[in-house]
Amino acid sequence: MRIDCPLCGTRDRSEFTYQGHALALARPAPDAGEAAWDDYLHNRENPAGQTRDLWYHDPCGAWVEVQRNTVTHAVTGAVLAAEAKR
Amino acid sequence: MRYSAWQVLKQGLGGQSGWKPVWRDPQPKPEYDIVIIGGGGHGLSTAFYLAKEHGLTNIAVLEKGYLGGGNVGRNTTIVRANYFLPGNSEFYSHSLKLWEGLEADLNYNVMHSQRGLINLFHSDGQRDAFARRGNAMINQGDDAILLDRDGVRDHLPYLDFDNPRFPVYGGLYHPRGGTARHDAVAWGYARGADSRGVDLIQQCEVTGIDIEGGKVRGVQTTRGPIRAKKVAMVTAGRSGQVAAMAGLRLPVESHILQAFVTEGLKPVIDHVVSFGMGHFYISQSDKGGLVFGGDLDFYASYAQRGNLHMKEHVMEAAMALMPVFGKARVLRSWGGIMDMTPDGSPIIDHTGIEGLYLNCGWCYGGFKAVPASGFAYAHLIAQDRPHDTAARYRLDRFRTGAGLMDEEGTGSQHNLH
Amino acid sequence: MRLTGRGLVDPDHPIAFSFDGQTYEGLRGDTLASALLANDVRLVGRSFKYHRPRGIWSAGSEEPNALVTIGEGVGQTPNVRATCQELYEGLLAQSQNHWPSLKRDAMAVNDLLSPFLSAGFYYKTFMWPRAFWETIYEPIIRRAAGLGALPGRPDTARYDKAWAHCDLLVIGAGPAGLMAALVAGRAGLDVILAEEDSRAGGRLLAEREEVDGMPGPQWVGSVLAELTELPNVRLMERTTVTGAYDQGTYGALERSGLHLSDPGDVPLETFWHIVARRAILAGGALERPIAFKDNDRPGIMAAGAVRAYLNRWGVSPGRSVAVFGNNDDAHRTAKDLGEAGVRVAAIIDSRSDVEIAGDAPVYTGAEVIGTSGRLGLSEIRVRHSGGERSIRTDCLAVSGGWNPSVHLTCHMNGRPVWREDIAAFVPADGAVPGLAAAGAAAGSFSTAGCLADGAKAGAEAAEALGRPAVKPDLPRAEDGAYAISPLWAVPGKGRAWLDLQNDVTVKDIKLSAQENFRSVEHMKRYTTQGMATDQGKNSNVAALAVLADATGRSIPQTGTTTFRPPYAPVSIAAMGAGSRSKGFAPERFTTSDKASRALGAPMIEARLWYRPSYFPHVGEKTWREACDREVGMVRSAVGVADVSTLGKIDIQGQDAAEFLDFVYTNTFSTLKPGRVRYGLMLREDGHVMDDGTTACLAENHYVMTTTTAAAGAVMRHLDFVHQAHRPKMDLRMVSVTEHWAQFAIAGPKARDLVNVVLDSPIDNDSFAFMSCAEVSVSGVPGRLFRISFSGEQGYEVAVPARYGEALFRLLLSQAAVLGGGPYGMEALNVLRIEKGFITHSEIHGRTTAFDIGMQRMISAKKDCIGKTAAARPGLIDEGREQLVGLKPAGPVRQLTAGAHLFDAEASATRENDQGYVTSVGYSPAFGTYLGLGFLKRGRARHGETVRLVDHLREIEALCEVCDPVFLDPEGERLRG
Repeated sequence: MRIDCPLCGTRDRSEFTYQGHALALARPAPDAGEAAWDDYLHNRENPAGQTRDLWYHDPCGAWVEVQRNTVTHAVTGAVLAAEAKR
Repeated sequence: MRYSAWQVLKQGLGGQSGWKPVWRDPQPKPEYDIVIIGGGGHGLSTAFYLAKEHGLTNIAVLEKGYLGGGNVGRNTTIVRANYFLPGNSEFYSHSLKLWEGLEADLNYNVMHSQRGLINLFHSDGQRDAFARRGNAMINQGDDAILLDRDGVRDHLPYLDFDNPRFPVYGGLYHPRGGTARHDAVAWGYARGADSRGVDLIQQCEVTGIDIEGGKVRGVQTTRGPIRAKKVAMVTAGRSGQVAAMAGLRLPVESHILQAFVTEGLKPVIDHVVSFGMGHFYISQSDKGGLVFGGDLDFYASYAQRGNLHMKEHVMEAAMALMPVFGKARVLRSWGGIMDMTPDGSPIIDHTGIEGLYLNCGWCYGGFKAVPASGFAYAHLIAQDRPHDTAARYRLDRFRTGAGLMDEEGTGSQHNLH
Repeated sequence: MRLTGRGLVDPDHPIAFSFDGQTYEGLRGDTLASALLANDVRLVGRSFKYHRPRGIWSAGSEEPNALVTIGEGVGQTPNVRATCQELYEGLLAQSQNHWPSLKRDAMAVNDLLSPFLSAGFYYKTFMWPRAFWETIYEPIIRRAAGLGALPGRPDTARYDKAWAHCDLLVIGAGPAGLMAALVAGRAGLDVILAEEDSRAGGRLLAEREEVDGMPGPQWVGSVLAELTELPNVRLMERTTVTGAYDQGTYGALERSGLHLSDPGDVPLETFWHIVARRAILAGGALERPIAFKDNDRPGIMAAGAVRAYLNRWGVSPGRSVAVFGNNDDAHRTAKDLGEAGVRVAAIIDSRSDVEIAGDAPVYTGAEVIGTSGRLGLSEIRVRHSGGERSIRTDCLAVSGGWNPSVHLTCHMNGRPVWREDIAAFVPADGAVPGLAAAGAAAGSFSTAGCLADGAKAGAEAAEALGRPAVKPDLPRAEDGAYAISPLWAVPGKGRAWLDLQNDVTVKDIKLSAQENFRSVEHMKRYTTQGMATDQGKNSNVAALAVLADATGRSIPQTGTTTFRPPYAPVSIAAMGAGSRSKGFAPERFTTSDKASRALGAPMIEARLWYRPSYFPHVGEKTWREACDREVGMVRSAVGVADVSTLGKIDIQGQDAAEFLDFVYTNTFSTLKPGRVRYGLMLREDGHVMDDGTTACLAENHYVMTTTTAAAGAVMRHLDFVHQAHRPKMDLRMVSVTEHWAQFAIAGPKARDLVNVVLDSPIDNDSFAFMSCAEVSVSGVPGRLFRISFSGEQGYEVAVPARYGEALFRLLLSQAAVLGGGPYGMEALNVLRIEKGFITHSEIHGRTTAFDIGMQRMISAKKDCIGKTAAARPGLIDEGREQLVGLKPAGPVRQLTAGAHLFDAEASATRENDQGYVTSVGYSPAFGTYLGLGFLKRGRARHGETVRLVDHLREIEALCEVCDPVFLDPEGERLRG
């Protein structure tokens, strides 16, 4: 499996650490309430198909939001998490 | 038809023509008391125990593909009761007891082999963590022995004791741990449920869950609608999609776990062995293949196949620990879809929708749980209250933070650390 | 029988080898299989279940029968396909899976019991009495099962791994693959041409065919000559592409040294990762058997294999060969045999409507219905339109048609497609992104078809990669049509084999259907069909045809099982190459490593690092004696410990302080330059992630320390928090763990020692507890921190790593003057337990700030990672297990970490469990063991007596619950 790093180019999966769905970027406000935090930390859509998830490119330290398919493993896009956030 | 050596002899003399189908292929009826979604190990054992323990038989098990085609048919077959956190302790202890009576219960040889399991440790810190675990196992009434290095050498002389990167300090030995023939477990439960009147319906995919006024009414399937008083979801890696039909979002992420088997070899490994400094565990099947696995590939996936990265890690761990098996050749590798919960422990609970029940989140430990999971789920469905051994497998523990069961200490959230 | 003057073997180079202790001679170019056949050895193994005699079936890696053990001693390699093993001088081969000998195998009694050993019989018996399964039945089954035996000694041979990138990977160097590589290579693509065989050419080496007017092998040679000239084409022989993975990644196994009698420095095998922008599968097709009664005897072979032995190796597998088939290919075999002067005993074609010329007796519309010959074929029984007759023959060449090698196209869950005209599955388009099948692998069986198909695929790949190819003139070649009439199993009584190795017969498949194991997956798992070492390459299609017939479905309706990687088995040693012993993980050494080892310190693994356990003195018999001395030394004089393994992260920028406030529970924005603060870090789930100190070296410049274990995870976490949650914050972070060598100097004389190495001495007032500064250390710019993990007056001195060893030696020599010296991990642990300082034994991933008594460190004035989740009711419940100190109440033998805690009178059961012990050390100061642990409601139970029970080490002790800080709770020593 190969993942695109927007800084370094396409690299083998072994260079990356995985972190899960990109909703992790959308941290609720501290007072958003129990349900919002439960959804943020625990509950997942867990899609069978297109997803966005977060990968850390260990050599360069970039967090990358990757567009990917969980059924075919096709990778269709990658942006820096910091930019996806903006 | 009762199975026995005598029956095998009799049918052999009769040219095998007298064997009956192990299960029927009934048409789905328009209505059942209970519909179980998912004909894997857990679904089939649930149906079996509903019939056996609670006398309920107006039940359909709906399976999208073929019976036992999910993780029960693609795991590394390990059976153990070596958990240490309250909740898991009593549950897996109960499961192991059920395993020990399974052949008699099912009249089916699932080849449960209590050959002993050894978890190796490689530092004083790991030793103490395993001691805590082993003591918890004994507190629970199960068996555990702390082996020092020489003790490990007596059992596993083939490990690299001479110049390893991470020397073996010792191991936690669980003599009652072992393996079982995975497919046989699914078939044994299926046959037991079928013979008690449960309808096992294959090639029947659930496409919708009917809910009215907060109460479940039945399901829509590729073979037509089926009404039901109670609907029990038990679909492992597909739990998210099935629960979504009822408008639920689960604390589950689906991941791949790969497993491997080598060509047949004369007996070399008598135990189940797991490495403490890299994810790797191994045993040898009765056919002679070395059956082994490692950690998740670590990315959300439904593909039932993995990539080279984890394969190589597993082989590297094998060579680090047991270079004596270097010339064994891997014949086949495959992947299963693991329903990973935030804390790594399962859920057997109500859903908040009347008559709709949830059993999921077995992560990579579902096989050994098959008997107790079915037993406890059947109890919940039949009695509408949890069985004592599974009372802590609550869905709301993540929201409240109470009763989290994070055996590995890696967190109670999905990968967020 | 060797035929002189035929084949590609070299008659001038005889090679001696042995099989089952007997010495034979083969020729250069032989495989073990061809050499055995040349020596008329037909019996080479025993089947898995019934221990039936088995001979060579094929001439390739799909071989189900001829599995042998090569070599002896540590090099003994089981389950080697004789059909793939190239002959070398002195090769030692042994047959396997028999006792006492191959010819007289006592286990063949299973064959007599076969009426009772039908598919899945073991699920129905061996259940009573229960204890017999593990003690009697299973050991017997295990001993009988398995194939070859491993050497039983560590594999010390060399294996390797390698990586390659290319534009186009061509898998298979037969006519299609050669043409594809040629066209793509000429177009300038960077091409890898991987061929499983030791020699490129594919079926052109095995058939008597002309290409472009040349004999096949000669044409192959001409193409290879051109490919060799192209710098952008790389030919990899002996290389099996084993798996297709995501984004054009392929695994491949090169048998680099397995054909050499002395590989020397050449690895036995090399496992390749090949990343290819495009790939062409030109892996050919595999011939399939026909099931009929007793079709498993040695001497019964694939017809294509018979031709391969004749034409490539100049060997006739028999003296009088019969041919049985359902397609025209069978007749080629008869023609080739006749041309080679081998007697053709009969041609039996199951089709009625065919015309066959030749001298041999021909039976059309006929079938083989039985065979005889105990250890090898001697006679076949044929049923034909005129009746039945027996024919003497010692070799039967069988062709049930050809199956395209679709396997790699299934590795990403692609399902092959049934083609009625060739009665076979072909690859589904796009099953593996970027991979196209060509030639026989795509169902195109004529040589001309393969050449054209390969050229087209090569051109398409070039086109797709932006390098238009010149259309080549296609070489002239055989272009016959492929006419087949499916025949899977000949009807009749008796056992007809499908899976030759696993002994799965037509009856077994029918029984499986009868018992309602009708799904193809159920059938496979119940009968073990296709689960042998060939993974069903030979037999799967026939088996599912039999299942389809038994269940009244068509073959496409019945479906297939899934082919999964690897295509051919891969040794654990090859895929795990380089990881034996120290190669498994990198080793990290501190700058003091050499000096510590020179002092005799046993080094222990701390993740990837090595750290000294203790520094033994002459006369000390146990580690405890050394540890007690070192603890006493630190408490009374001064000790030096290397703490460089702790993670160090340099953080700079105008928002650095605000960032630290967000990642730590406590406040750092109030930290002044020159000061250090302890910080607690949570995961977002509210549990403790790590702890450590952070020093403010200057305005907007901080150095964070992490624990050794969590250094990598914390760095990743900080990057995440910055990039994901606070991307607009102006700061930069970098790990500087390796850049600085850092030494803890602890004890009442710590300052005296520090001042020896500092160029400008310090005093207690100007450099108070929790101070930091950039200093000059013996002329080297360094850093000084006044922090303590021992409870003593403590400093940490950091210098650039290249000065680490010198500083360590200097500190030790000067410490000795003060009555001090180095201390190791054991003493460090005791010192911190006496002070109640926590490590990852306590913050083991499940503990909260509340549990360790630090809930007040979660600042109420600001948000931080984990704050919200940490406030969940379950995480601040008073009933939780809380950190406590434990000291023996009365005499005890020992306290142990991992023990559990109970009320003094309660029995040690799960229901009564009150907590557990995390850390234990013997405190020389207190003259007893001290422990840290977690106890339910522990903070409210100080003074209570609890019972410590360690079943595993048979220890029981009564302990008094106390505050975790045993020593100097006021902190006078560390401020002194």
